[in-house]
Order: sequence, then C-alpha cells, then structure tokens
Amino acid sequence: MTNVLVLPLLVPLLTAVVLIFFRESLVIQRLLSVLAAAGSAAAGIYLLLRVQSEGIVRLDFGGWEPPYGILFVGDSFALLLVSAASVVTALILIFAFSTIGERFEKMYVYPLMLFLLAGVNGSFLTGDIFNLFVCFEVMLLASYALLVLGGRKVQLQEAFTYVTINVLASWFFLLGIAYLYGAAGTLNMAHLAVRVADSGHDPILTVISLIFLIVFSLKAGLLLYFWLPGSYSAPPAAVAALFGALLTKVGIYAMIRLFTLVFTGAPGLTGSIIAVMAGLTLIGGSIGALSSRDIRQIISYNVVIAVGFILVGLAAGNEAALSGSIYYVLHDMVVKAMLFLAGGLMITLTGKTKIGEMSGLLRNYPALGWLFFAAMLSLTGIPPFSGFIGKVLLGEGLIGAEMYVLLTLAFASSLFVLYSLLRIFLNCFMGESIIGPEEQTPLRKRTLLPVAILGVLTLAIGIGADWLAPFVNDAAAGLADPNVYIEAVLGSGGTADR
Amino acid sequence: METIITVLVGVLVMVAVYLLLSRNFLRIILGSAILSHAIHLLLLAMGGLKEGNAPLISEEGSVYSDALPQALILTAIVISFAVTAFLLVLAYRIYRDTGADNLDSMRRDFDD
Repeated sequence: MTNVLVLPLLVPLLTAVVLIFFRESLVIQRLLSVLAAAGSAAAGIYLLLRVQSEGIVRLDFGGWEPPYGILFVGDSFALLLVSAASVVTALILIFAFSTIGERFEKMYVYPLMLFLLAGVNGSFLTGDIFNLFVCFEVMLLASYALLVLGGRKVQLQEAFTYVTINVLASWFFLLGIAYLYGAAGTLNMAHLAVRVADSGHDPILTVISLIFLIVFSLKAGLLLYFWLPGSYSAPPAAVAALFGALLTKVGIYAMIRLFTLVFTGAPGLTGSIIAVMAGLTLIGGSIGALSSRDIRQIISYNVVIAVGFILVGLAAGNEAALSGSIYYVLHDMVVKAMLFLAGGLMITLTGKTKIGEMSGLLRNYPALGWLFFAAMLSLTGIPPFSGFIGKVLLGEGLIGAEMYVLLTLAFASSLFVLYSLLRIFLNCFMGESIIGPEEQTPLRKRTLLPVAILGVLTLAIGIGADWLAPFVNDAAAGLADPNVYIEAVLGSGGTADR
Repeated sequence: METIITVLVGVLVMVAVYLLLSRNFLRIILGSAILSHAIHLLLLAMGGLKEGNAPLISEEGSVYSDALPQALILTAIVISFAVTAFLLVLAYRIYRDTGADNLDSMRRDFDD
C-alpha cells in the first residue's frame, strides 16, 4: 500500500490532463481542480500519520530496488511540505474561482496550477536527484506558462528574464548532476550520501556541492534573488500567491535535503557560505522591502526575507534550528499565500498599486484590513500566530550554534518585515476613506473566504504547535541524522555493500 | 576520447556564454540551446565512453557501456526542446506586442 506515495504527484497530473479536454466547462474545471488539490492533501496527511508509526515509507517504481531504480521517499519533512503545499493550492484555487476571470479560466489556468502542484509535490517526494531535476522542470514549465498567461506587456517582459534565468539554472543543475554522476557513479540520493561519505569528502565533491548551492540559490532566491520581485509582481493575485507560497520553497527544500543528507562533509565551508548568503539575503530583502512603494513589490521582497530567514536555520545546522526552519517553511507557505491574496485584493478593489494612492480602506473593507493585519502579525512572529514558534526555535538553534551575527540579522529582519507591512497597513487601510460607500466595488464573501481560512490556518499552526510538534521533531531528527533516511532507502544491509 | 569530448564541451560552453551575454533575444535563446547540448555531451562523457560495446552485461565479458547517461540525456533533450520552444514563442510574442527584439529596446519600452 505504499502506492499511496505517488498520489500527491499523480492526482494533480492526471486531473490536469483530463481538464485540458473540458476547456469550455467551468463547473468541471473548478470542481475537479479543487478536488485534485484536496485529494493530494489528503494523501499527504494520511501518509504523514502513517510515517509516525511505521517510519519512512518508500515506493520503488517498477520494483527496481534502490539504488537502481527511481523511487519516491516519504519522510516527515517531505510529507509535511506536500500536505501544506496541497492545502494552500486548494485554497488559492478557491480564491481564483471568483477573481481570475473567465478569460483565464478558459486558457487552462487550473490545469497549469495543477501541473505546478504536481511538480512541487514530485520534487518533495523524490529520492533520486535526476528525478528531482525532472520534477523541477515540470514545476518550472507550468510556472512559465502561468506567468505569461494573460499576455500583458509587463508579464511578457518579466517572463523573459524569469525564463532565461531559470533555464540557465536548470542547465547548471544538469551540469552538477553530470559531475556528481562522474564522481560518485550513482544518482539515488541515499546511495549518494553513502558514496560521498565513503570517499572521505573528496574536494571535488565539495566543488560539486557548490555548483548545487548556486543552482538552488537561484531557484530559492537565496542572495541571487534579483529576478524574483519583478516576476512575482507581474501575474494576477492568485498566480502570484501560488508562486510566493510554493516556488521558492522547493528550492529551499532541495537545498536543505541535499546539504543535510548528501553534502554533509564540509559543513565548515558550505555552512559558512550559506550563512553569509542568508545574512546578505536578509539585508538585501529588508532594503528592498523598505525602498519599494508598490504593494506587490513590498510583498515580493518579504518572500526574499523569508528565504534568508529559513536558510539561516540550515546554516546553523543543529536540530533545534532545523525544526525552527521546518516550522517556518510551513508557516511561510500559509502566510505568504494569505499576504499575496490580500494584497492582490487591495489592488483589484482600488485599481491602484502604490501605497500612496489608496487610503482608508479599513472603512470600506474591514474584514480584509484585519486579515492583512493578522498576516502581518504572523509574519513578524507575534504569538499566538504561527511565525512565533519558528522564530523561537530558530533563535534557540542559533544561540546553540553560537552564530550571534546571524541571530541579530534574523531578528532585525522581523522588524523590517513589520515596518514594511505596517507602512502598507497605515497608508492604505488607515486614514481618510477615499472611496464612498456607494461607489465601492463590492467584495464578495466567497472571495474573502480562502483568505480567512488561511488566517485560521496560521492561527491554528500557532496555537496547535504542540500538536504539530511530533511531526516537526521527527522531520528535524531525520534531517539532523542522515542515517535514518539512508537506512530507510537502502535497508540496514544496504550500507554494507557500498 | 573523453579528453576530446571534454574539450568540445569547453568550446560549446564558450560559444554559449558569448551568445548568452548578448542582448538579442535570438542569440540568448541559441546560447541556452547550445549550453544544453554542451551539458548533454558532458553527461555522456561522465558515464565513460567505450567503443563498440552494447550497454549489456554479457555472460562472459565485463566491458560494457553505461546506458544510464543516455537515458538521462534523452530526458534532458526533451526538456530542453520544450523550454527552447517556449522561449522562442515568448520572444516572438514580445516582438509582436512591443516591436522589441532585444533586451535594450524591451527595457526602454517598459520604462515608457
């Protein structure tokens, strides 16, 4: 029954293919797409619960035992992310139903979103590094198409930069895989971990690990984030929310997975490089968020800050910091989606994008205003919202690793997050109302509902942190001790025939 | 044999980098396509080039080609094909909508 493991990839993929044939029928499009995302979430959660009692589950495709075939490995870390990604996608889909417009709906926006989800889930679950590359490409091709959908000039222009950068990064990914195959002779991640450890951490492998570091930094927006704010602010709100919530997280996942499992040998070197990059990302993201006046740009720079914050945990590398990072990734998926949706609603309701151009929205749309406020508090890390617990654990881990500069930067960045979002809140929601009650665009309840559910989720993660703790601790323990993963894949005897 | 292929890969990467650094859309796209081919060749060389042997472990012989790089390259070629096609259409669409065929004129158009 480990076949369930393939469902988070297969269900969205097949549904998307089926939906292509029902272009004209909006009811089928909407119903099936949300069902597919919910189904993949259900499979993720079911497996997550099963992993707690049975340990890591794996699925060898075609019965090829590792290290020979391609396989999916479900550990707590991957499954937590699969569940969160699917739930967030389902909510974004519901938001899209009432906002994205019939023109988009007939241009395959739902199938593309599902293809993206399939790629994201596949990247989380795969245990083979070449398969990771393929899943990345599935996700990226869907994101290219989503970015240009609608065909506004700014979208096309941003898309050219975005696509070129990502294509280049993909070829470097392939380059890294080629070198790794030449050096270690395998592509199975667990087997790679064994081989790399056996080689006594050859300097060549350190160089290869740096190639991967560059690749995933480009994808995750760690330091190399110059392409991110432009391309995340070009598409419509629902698509931007999907990008902000999921895309960078896959890069972060790949980086955490690879540097805790395979390239563990030179923590001094790669660890300090990641630390410097994360620190600079925090600084750069904060400067960007403060200097911008466009709401979408400010929110996009907040994505950058979060990337830096999460990878600070990887730089520290101890269990407390890693579990902080895991909490924060989950929290960030939910809250970034919420923030992008709320920001997108502000823009569609007023028709303006700059913070100086709107004011007093709280009078017109109180619910939206307070939801935005909640997202802001959560991102800053105010209890009882979900950002708090991640920040506390990360702080603990950083103190444990004696990285005080990073600790200062990470927590100072929270202040900049607060300031940049408070600026939006004070300028746009507070003050004189400029839209009269009779001329305001009505905000329908079902548009606001997904945002509200995301708000409830962030509160639930914050309050229910105890309930979530066993899963996160298991995930962090798995990351801190790579042998758990290796034994689950290769078997305890697998380590013998190296 | 591997050395020659590696030198060839180097030359291809050189050409690709030159093309990628230009401002013309078509050159950038060609650059990315050539880079992908360079890396496919590298993958092949990394698997080890052996002459005249099928990728089968025969009963007595121990010399055989590694089939895995070929499978990887096949997948990568499909992906590179899709991405290049997408980029070409995107460049064409930008040209049709804005009349820009290079990054400079696109940026100027964007600032207006």
